[in-house]
Amino acid sequence: MIPLSYYLVLSGILFTCGVLGFLIKRNIITIFMSIELMLNGVNLSFVAFAAQWHVLGGQVFVFFVMVVAAAEAAVGLAIIIAVYRTRETLNVDRIDLLKL
Amino acid sequence: MVHLILFSVFGLICIAGAVNLLVQSHPINSALSLIAVMASLAVEYMLLGAEFVAVIQVIIYAGAIMVLFVFVIMLLNAGQEERSKGSRVALLFGIPATVVGSAIGAWVLIEHSGTGNVAIGALPGPPNQIAELLFHDFLLPFEITSILILIAIMGAVVLAARPESVQHTKKEG
Repeated sequence: MIPLSYYLVLSGILFTCGVLGFLIKRNIITIFMSIELMLNGVNLSFVAFAAQWHVLGGQVFVFFVMVVAAAEAAVGLAIIIAVYRTRETLNVDRIDLLKL
Repeated sequence: MVHLILFSVFGLICIAGAVNLLVQSHPINSALSLIAVMASLAVEYMLLGAEFVAVIQVIIYAGAIMVLFVFVIMLLNAGQEERSKGSRVALLFGIPATVVGSAIGAWVLIEHSGTGNVAIGALPGPPNQIAELLFHDFLLPFEITSILILIAIMGAVVLAARPESVQHTKKEG
């Protein structure tokens, strides 16, 4: 038996690392990976609360979050490829114009 | 006791992987540490009893999504990231703010969250019960996700295709 709050703290730390990576990283792919890290933190708290209240719906919601993450990864990486093709860089500081 | 030891060991691997993701400057190292985070998170799901979630975590996240990431990193030949003025400012203010914020958050969660204790394998989520929920209670959202995935596939194909080839298919069609 361990307190549920330990799981919530772990999920909070993962989410914070994701936010921090989003802010300090300059490579567009790494920024994208930080978003995945945030989604993972949220998933952990979904499962933890499902265990707390004995509702399986929380685990089903994790499934939906994963589906959205997969769709997001597919579209996002395609956008990254398109950006790289026109700008020849992955550094977000150099991608600052809407028009070429 | 076993529960606490397993939770701490894999929780520490998780946090170490997340911190390593931030510290590494080459994207491929970040991707590999993210895979470590996901694999140890699967163990945490197992500890909570969510076996189905643990398995799809490994198959979908660590398998499919991260392979996509590694594939794109290698395709674009992404190198070391460059530091800039803006990222130094974010480092200077971001790290203290996150440390203080997570310390306060952790204190509030541990002391005042009002949540109880969980046993090892607290809520078993066997695939047959998950399937009952997915194909009965959540049938409409489940079908909508299939449309979402279909749209994502088409969007990825259109976005990643070379502009000339899109023009070409437009003329033909």
